[in-house]
Amino acid sequence: MTPTHTTIFRLRGEAGSRRVTGLKIAPRHWYCLPVMAVLLVWFALASPAQADVSPQRAQALLQALDTDDFDAKAEAAQAIAASDAAQKTRWLEAFLDGRLGRERDGERFYIITDDSGREWPIIDAITFEDAGTGSRRSVDAFRINNTLRTQLQGLIASLSLDEGDEATRLDAAKRLIGEVDAQSVDAVATQLDNEDSPAIRAEIETALALYRVEQGEGEALATLEGNLDTRVRNSLTTIANSDAPIAADAEKVLAGIENKRAWYERGQTLFFGLSAGSVLVLAAIGLAITFGVMGVINMAHGELIMLGAYTTWMIQQLLPGQPGLALLLAIPGGFLVAGAFGILIERSVIRFLKGRPLETLLATFGISLILQQLVRTVFSPLNRRVNSPDWLQGAWHLNEALSLTLNRLGVLIFCLVVFAALWALMRYTRLGLEVRAVTQNRAMARSMGVRAARVDMLTFGLGAGVAGLAGVALSQITNVGPNLGQSYIVDSFLVVVFGGVGNLWGTLVAGMSLGVINQVLQPWVGAVLAKVIVLIGVILFIQKRPQGLFAPKGRTS
Amino acid sequence: MSMTNVERLREFARPDRVFDFMAPARSPVDVRHGPILYLEDVSVSFDGFKAIDDLNLTIDDGELRCIIGPNGAGKTTMMDIITGKTRPDRGQAWFGSRHNLLQMDEPQIANLGIGRKFQKPTVFEALSVSANLELAMAGDRRVWKTLLARLDHEGRERIDEVLETIALSAERDRLAGVLSHGQKQWLEIGMLLMQRPRLLLVDEPVAGMTEPEMHRTADLMTRLAGQQSVVVVEHDMGFVRSIARTVTVLHQGSVLAEGSMDEVANDPRVIDVYLGGGDDDSDDTREEG
Amino acid sequence: MSLATMFKRNSLLDERSTWVTSVVLIVGMLAVVVLHALPSDHAWHLNGSVVSLLGKYLTYMLLALAVDLIWGYLGILSLGHGAFFALGGYAMGLYLTAQDAPLAGWQSAMVHFPVAALGVVLAPGLLALVFGWLAFRSRVTGVYFSIITQALTFALMLAFNRNEMGMGGSTGLTRFDELLSFSLSSEGMTIALFVASGVAVLLAFWGCKAITRSRLGRVCMATRDAEARVRFIGYRVEHVKLAVFVLSAMIAGIAGALYVPQVGIINPSTFAPLFSIEIVVWVALGGRATLYGALLGALLVNYFKTLLTGVMPDAWLFLLGGLFVVVTMFLPQGVAGLMAHLRRRREVTT
Repeated sequence: MTPTHTTIFRLRGEAGSRRVTGLKIAPRHWYCLPVMAVLLVWFALASPAQADVSPQRAQALLQALDTDDFDAKAEAAQAIAASDAAQKTRWLEAFLDGRLGRERDGERFYIITDDSGREWPIIDAITFEDAGTGSRRSVDAFRINNTLRTQLQGLIASLSLDEGDEATRLDAAKRLIGEVDAQSVDAVATQLDNEDSPAIRAEIETALALYRVEQGEGEALATLEGNLDTRVRNSLTTIANSDAPIAADAEKVLAGIENKRAWYERGQTLFFGLSAGSVLVLAAIGLAITFGVMGVINMAHGELIMLGAYTTWMIQQLLPGQPGLALLLAIPGGFLVAGAFGILIERSVIRFLKGRPLETLLATFGISLILQQLVRTVFSPLNRRVNSPDWLQGAWHLNEALSLTLNRLGVLIFCLVVFAALWALMRYTRLGLEVRAVTQNRAMARSMGVRAARVDMLTFGLGAGVAGLAGVALSQITNVGPNLGQSYIVDSFLVVVFGGVGNLWGTLVAGMSLGVINQVLQPWVGAVLAKVIVLIGVILFIQKRPQGLFAPKGRTS
Repeated sequence: MSMTNVERLREFARPDRVFDFMAPARSPVDVRHGPILYLEDVSVSFDGFKAIDDLNLTIDDGELRCIIGPNGAGKTTMMDIITGKTRPDRGQAWFGSRHNLLQMDEPQIANLGIGRKFQKPTVFEALSVSANLELAMAGDRRVWKTLLARLDHEGRERIDEVLETIALSAERDRLAGVLSHGQKQWLEIGMLLMQRPRLLLVDEPVAGMTEPEMHRTADLMTRLAGQQSVVVVEHDMGFVRSIARTVTVLHQGSVLAEGSMDEVANDPRVIDVYLGGGDDDSDDTREEG
Repeated sequence: MSLATMFKRNSLLDERSTWVTSVVLIVGMLAVVVLHALPSDHAWHLNGSVVSLLGKYLTYMLLALAVDLIWGYLGILSLGHGAFFALGGYAMGLYLTAQDAPLAGWQSAMVHFPVAALGVVLAPGLLALVFGWLAFRSRVTGVYFSIITQALTFALMLAFNRNEMGMGGSTGLTRFDELLSFSLSSEGMTIALFVASGVAVLLAFWGCKAITRSRLGRVCMATRDAEARVRFIGYRVEHVKLAVFVLSAMIAGIAGALYVPQVGIINPSTFAPLFSIEIVVWVALGGRATLYGALLGALLVNYFKTLLTGVMPDAWLFLLGGLFVVVTMFLPQGVAGLMAHLRRRREVTT
């Protein structure tokens, strides 16, 4: 990839949103490569293949906007819309938002990416390259009036319908639904005839069918069957409740839609459940190692999670404006910090309390208090916000009823990756083998030359490190504060015990099912009671089956 | 199981019905019809490993039986089944001809008169020697009665008697935790005696004992037999030879051979799997707890 | 044989620690009463708020006794004893609230003191009965038991935080005026509550001592050290555990009921796992399985807590956390064990 290559990704393809997020690739942003690859797979978005204009021409087009005469501005905007410039939509959008401007003492044009503060981050309007920051004093934003605003909206809409990549045009087509009227219906029909893309055709067809149904044409109803668009549903509801001749048919179609919608909503609940479950699994999986495999009760586990989250926050403070890099660095960082603390705890306290689980529990609880207070003193008792990188913001809209929040999706995937890595580690590596050996028969393992104390230390460090990873993930979905760990410790112990101590798979299944059950219960009884019910359910379950879901049936049980 | 509620009610109200809870809580073991302990086709497996496989065993009233077998032969698991700690997958276990052991839990079985000594001596280390014996003494085990219980004259005499038998009279007020390994073994045997069981299950009684202690144990075991039935699991061949009348050899969870020590010792199959392999001090990996 | 003869025959006071503890408790209580009765300008006068504070310590000591009974003697580490304490407290809180304004539904019965008093022991007792029956029957022991007790109190905390519970939501129950038609703010009431707490501690101490010295107490210790063995000699371990656990929960409930009028508020934070685990550290610091150690530990820790949270609030959690670590690592027998050790050494040297 060459340094000058510029690529624009549209991350938020949703209808109505005019915000465009750019990711610029330069050598010092090498870390974006894997991210980009992932993004490409996730979104299957192609970069816009569009003719470009020379910088001089672009400069001229923008120059024309720099006038006080609104009519002249309108003409200039039309000229931009009619040009071949690849950047034109973005220009117009920025212009519309009042974020396109000119250097006060120079010839450059800038787009202000965020005008919320006193100092604005700006980029070059032609190359889209980072241009540092600007302020009211150094950049003159082009002003617009209401007439111009309406005009610009029209221009942008028509641009999107005819031009841009497929996703942009799809958005525009979606926007047509419910907007077709007597004047435009013929034009839309022509548009449909000229359209090649099946997805876009489907949207235009829906728009036309909805118009026709509203006009009382019963046969057009068939096209709307199973359509999840809210506007379609609203129109159909109105028709079904009216005394129109097609009311009964409309109701039937509506029932089908509602049914389909309900299924997707169940899918949505399942996703929320799995994502909540993946948080539980991440929080519990480190415990599954320290408690399940080593038999050590570590009540400071929650605080190790907290340390992971604070590590993420710290790295982000050190790398301002680069949340992506910070997050990627936080993964090894969180692991190492929490792991180091874990080893410290193991060496200084836990190894002296071997075989005394209740004492270990109390001592580690003391450590958890100290760590909490330490964080309160060093940082502050207030919650900190960790920014998510762009590629974890927003949501992936599968359809109107089902959209997956990217940060939660990311945590879910991260959880599965961590689980797989851990499982492989325990299954296939020398350390895993030694850990299992020491767990099963300490004396025998020692006589075979396994250094049990070292294995203890590493195992505990590993469990603690995984807790740190959980903290990194948690920082993406919740605020980071001194009490972060506390809120997870009871849950994580329950997950481990529910799943069956010493069983990684059990932890996975238990965490996921608790997450889903909780999510399913929530709409009925509310969040707090759902949690209470789940807790009581697990308590009862453990009493019925103390060995958990998956515990091996052993001679000693 | 398709009993309607009405039928259930009728069954409940039958005039000739005797409720379980009305029946005498502790009926004496009925040995008129034969053996005191009767295991038939008992099988149990852990994770696919058959610890006990179609085991058949009968112990007669007053008999002294030695059970030997290589590691993993299922000796300890067998004791777990008899004492209610492990439930078998299949089979029958009867105490006398009236008590189905598979329907009872450990305290019920213990109160019926089956006493057990663990492989690793387990005494109550924080209690004095005499308190250990007092707890084991036969009596009402219910919570309220235990709270109000007091050692009476008879009980005190019984404790003195047993202390004499196990040669711990001088240590009666010491904590059990400070006793030597051999003394703990003896104390545990003493606790069994206090229970006055009909059947004693003794797992490796002489492990860790000195030669004279071992002789005394052998002596005690022989004396006990007759009044009580005794089942001894042991590895020490010398000890087994000194007390054994009938020896049962377990192998892979079932009975390989049974007979007098000489018969068993000359059985080629036994020589093959066990005696030929020489003595082995460690038993199953199984530990209590 | 009746309970009375059991007390007599066990000759409770033949143990040095027992009578020393009893004497210290009684003398201390009398001293507080006398000092409080001094004219208020006297240098040694104890004012009402100090007496209330000491009364609060006494309820904590009672709570610590309850925990020591099951942890020290039965080896059951409950990380949810705060829940029983809180339930007793809520029962008392409902009674006190009902004195001002009639409550709705079943809570209206709490206006009568006998009903409330019954609630104080029955609510925690029943919870302990059901929970213990489930847990002990399926042989949930050790850390598993600890974890689910923690989950229990956590679940209750969430539940009591809901306004729908009718327990005042997250604010809890507060603004009490009268107890048994006497004003709570009167000096007489303060001293009466203090004495009542002291008497409760003394009675509970003797009661627990009697139990631990009975054969049942020995069964408890035997269960703590070798549970399977106890089963094999024929005791129903689950019944023993259940009985003692329920008793312990009831003592905790009484402690909670005495705590509420002296502090003037009960809210869901009493259900917080941290509070429950703090109780455990009182007992651990004082020394397990001695009973007087629990009393000592509760008093020491709470005194220092009052002292430190006033002067440097940040340091308190550091100290508490450090206490957990130091006690478990270096003082497994607690202060009581340390004192016994020193005494033995002195006896050896002299």
